[in-house]
Parts: sequence; C-alpha cells; structure tokens
Amino acid sequence: MASTTASAPRASVNVGKLLTRVSMLMLGIVVVYWLGRNLISSPAQFFTVGITGLSNGALYALIALGYTLVYGIIELINFAHGDLFMLGAVFSYFFLTKFLAAEGGSARNYGLLALTLVIAMAFCATINVVIERLAYRRLRDAPKLAPLITAVGMSFILQFIGLKWNGSAPRNFTTILPNTSFEFQGVVVPYTALIVVSLTIPLLVILVTLVNKTRQGRAMRATAQDKDAARLMGIDVNKTISFTFALGGAMAGAAGLMFAQSYGTVAYNLGFQLGLIAFTSAVLGGVGNLNGAVLGGFLIGLIQGFNDGLPFGPGQKWSQTMVFTILILLMVYRPAGLLGKATTEKV
Amino acid sequence: MSTERKNSPVMLDVKDITVAYGAITAVKGLTLSVREGEIVTLIGSNGAGKSTTLRTISGLLHPKNGSIEFKGEVISGKPGHEIVKLGICQSPEGRRIFPRMTVDENLDLGAFLRKDTAGIKESREQVLDLFPRLRERITQRAGTMSGGEQQMLAVARAMMGQPKLLILDEPSMGLAPVLVDLIFETIQKIREQGTTILLVEQNALAALRIADYAYVLESGHLKLEGNAKQLSTDPAIAKAYLGG
Repeated sequence: MASTTASAPRASVNVGKLLTRVSMLMLGIVVVYWLGRNLISSPAQFFTVGITGLSNGALYALIALGYTLVYGIIELINFAHGDLFMLGAVFSYFFLTKFLAAEGGSARNYGLLALTLVIAMAFCATINVVIERLAYRRLRDAPKLAPLITAVGMSFILQFIGLKWNGSAPRNFTTILPNTSFEFQGVVVPYTALIVVSLTIPLLVILVTLVNKTRQGRAMRATAQDKDAARLMGIDVNKTISFTFALGGAMAGAAGLMFAQSYGTVAYNLGFQLGLIAFTSAVLGGVGNLNGAVLGGFLIGLIQGFNDGLPFGPGQKWSQTMVFTILILLMVYRPAGLLGKATTEKV
Repeated sequence: MSTERKNSPVMLDVKDITVAYGAITAVKGLTLSVREGEIVTLIGSNGAGKSTTLRTISGLLHPKNGSIEFKGEVISGKPGHEIVKLGICQSPEGRRIFPRMTVDENLDLGAFLRKDTAGIKESREQVLDLFPRLRERITQRAGTMSGGEQQMLAVARAMMGQPKLLILDEPSMGLAPVLVDLIFETIQKIREQGTTILLVEQNALAALRIADYAYVLESGHLKLEGNAKQLSTDPAIAKAYLGG
C-alpha cells in the first residue's frame, strides 16, 4: 500500500503533514478536555457509562472478529455476518427461553445458559460454514465484486429467515441474567455487563491463542498470506477456510446469546445496526488484524458509552455521528486502521 | 539424440498432458519422466510452459488431458495438499515464502504434514547447515530479507517436507553469481543425500551441467530430450538455448 503522501507534490508534503499533526493534536485536546471535564465534574457517572461502554464494546469485538477473520483469509467483507449474529440471538431466545423455558435466574437456568452458549456457538458456526461452502467458495477466483454482492444477498436471506422465524415485531422476554446492578463508590455496575465482559475475555484469549499458537492457526495464517504456497506446504486450504468461517460464526453465536440475555429482546433486524458498528470496529482496528478488531470494538463501545451517558457532551442523538466521524478521520490519516500495517513486501 | 539414462525405476511419469488457462493452452501433449535418484532439468525460453508443468505436477493446476503418475499412483486430479503428502515438495517460481512470518515459522510450515518432532528438528539443522545465512536470520520476518535469502528460504522450506521428489522452479532467479554457484552446489548435495530433483532453470547451461537428463520445451511442446551432458555440448542446442 502506498503511503498517502507519496504521490503528492514535494512542496505540499510538509504543509500536509503539519496540517495532519495540528488537526490530530486539536482533536486530541478536545477529546481529553471533554473526558477530563466529565471525569472531574461527575466521576461516578463517568465510570458507570464507561462500564456500559465496555460491555457493549465486548459484543462489538466478538462480532468484529468474524468480519476480520474472514477478511483476513479470503479478502471478503462478509456482509451477512451481522445477520448471522441476529440469527444467533433469535436462536438463543427460541432455544433457551421458549424450548427450555429458562426464565429468571435459578441454578438450573444458569446451567442451561452455559449449555446454550455452546449450542448457539455451534449453530452459528455451522451456518457460516454452510454459507461459505454454498455461496462463497465457488466465487473465490471470481472478480471481487461477485462475492461481495453475494454477501449482500446472503445478508438479505438471513434477515428473511430471521423475519419468518421471529416475526416482524421485536420479542421481549425475561432473561436469566438479572437486570439489576450493584453500586460501588457511586459507580453503578449492571450484573449483565460483568457477565458479558467476563465471558468475552476468555473467548477472545482462546481465539487469539488458537490463531497464533496452534498448528491449525498456523495453517490459517499461511492460507491468508498465500493460498498456493499454503497448498505446497500440504495445507488443505478449503478445510482451513471452513475452519475460519466456523470460528467467526462461533463468536457471532456467543455474541447473539449475550445480546439476547443482556437486553431481553430480539428482533429480525438486529444484525444491520450491530453488524455495521462491528464492521466499523474491525476497520477502525485494521481489518484483518485480530487484536485490532478487539481494540476497535472496545473503543467504539467506549466512545458510544461516553457520548450517550456523560452529562457534558453532544448526547445520544449524536452517537452514530461521533462514531463515524472518528472512523472517517482515522481513515483519512491512517487508512490501514489503528493496528493495521501498510506492509512493504519485496517481490 | 541419445536417450541413455539411469537404470533406476521411474518415479514421476507425466503422460501426454495438456494444460490450459481458460482458452490459452500453455502445455500441449507433454510427456516426461523422472527416475529415482536423478536430477532432471526442464529448460526452454520464457513462456515455454515450464512453470505450468511444475504447477500441474504439484496439483495447483489440473491437466485437461493426459495423466501424471507418481510411484505408480495417478496423482493428476488430486488436490495439492494430498500430493505433498505423497512426497512431492516444490519451491515455486517467485519464491512464494510467507512474508509476514519469521524464517523459523516458514521452515515449520515446510514440515506441516510431518509429525516426527525429532525428525523435523534434524531436518531443520540440516537445512540450516546448508544455508548458514538462514540461521543468522532465523527470527527475522521473511518478507524483509533480500531476494537471495528469500530464495534460500524457499528451497530450505521445500526440503523441510523431507520430499522424495524435490521440485525447484528457477532457484537461481535474481541471485548474485556467487549465490547462483552456491545454489547449484546445494542442489547436488541434496541429491547426494538421496533426494530426486526436478529442476526448471533459465540458466540452462548451469542446469545441464548438474543434471542427468534434460527436456527442452518450446511453446508448450516437447522440443527434444536427452542426456544432459550431451545436450550441453550439442552445438545446435547451444546456439538455440544456451546463448552460445
């Protein structure tokens, strides 16, 4: 990837760089002032909304991983991924709340919740593998636009399945996780946030370890870098890509269950909004980079949390505007994302 | 033309293959064989179909017609990773190392299908002895090395699979003359250690010098074949292919 200033005329290079520095600095000052003023004037609220932000960020991170895993290995923006998350949420409602009749927090229900987590992950993993097998695999060598449009179509198909399954109206239900919270030094901590974050972190650690430390992970990274060379190493490229889709799907399934249990509502169109935000997280962190997706997810969760909940600030109406303004600014000055590297490779 | 050659059993038998990229036929009715313990070289000008042939043997491409047998088993039509399992490893054209991984990780991937931890360690030492330069760079990202070092890594990586047949596509491409000599010496060493080699080279003269048998390709066809030493002294060949 060429650096942004490489083709600019010499004289304007320094001016451009200076302008970048100054505007980034000013933006930084504004953000620090905004957060600092809120922190000093109402510290309890600052941490309360921070915790909400982290909890949402955990969900974004889980979904963002699915985008980034798939992009990393076959360079496809899998638009259907947000809707896969939705199916995970709808599935866990039907399975846990309706089929197993688990409402309210009893010991039995917590056991069933753990069981559903595993089944929802397997459910979404399977769907994702089937989607790749049926729709994307045969388009692997086609021009990039073909799989992209297929992914958009797949998104509509999944949404329609969700619509048929769940109905057009959102369903509200009693969750197993308590929707209460406790107070610590004035900071309000919802139990759901605690559970979501403490379930997400091990999942993230397992995933990153799997990709970086295991034989299967090594096959994934090799396949991502050069498919033919991977074949020459004896790697089954198709199987490796299927495995990658399974991993991304499993994360979406986990996120679906956690969303359903955090908010006590599921709807067929959940995937659009959350998918978009999660995709943004992946891009913000540097698409294709696992740590970047996690960082991006938590960052966007926090930005939204602070923006929506702090007394001094633009407020909830500006939530999306804030997120995307930050994304656009970052893309202009750091097109590869926060952790993405513009790699220079010798040929 | 002389056809005298080693009397060992045929290892790789390519029978009348035709390979096409869409509408463009790159290899037409090519027949060639490699016997156990041989160094066989495939020479010819750019676009003669040498790399296409090697990619087809390794299962990255599939022939439209004809068949390929390895030790009596038909391998044409098998996916690439299964062919590696049978003992054919390739150092491909353009090196194709994994640029964002370290030298060590690249070597590990070369031994992807092997389970014998002790044997892998031994092979690793062996290739690092052959290419001491790689030992110095063992933790470096492969994409940041020089072209010559990357080429050594590509050959070393293919050797990590402990192949019965080692396929080398242009191993001297873009290397400094000193390194070219080193690579050709190394190829002979590898053969002495009992590996059969199929070599494609632009540097035809050097290839003929170390090879036992040679095939000359011209626009996808087999032009002629014969004992490598004799071909290298044939004035007609020298004129047409060796720039003599």
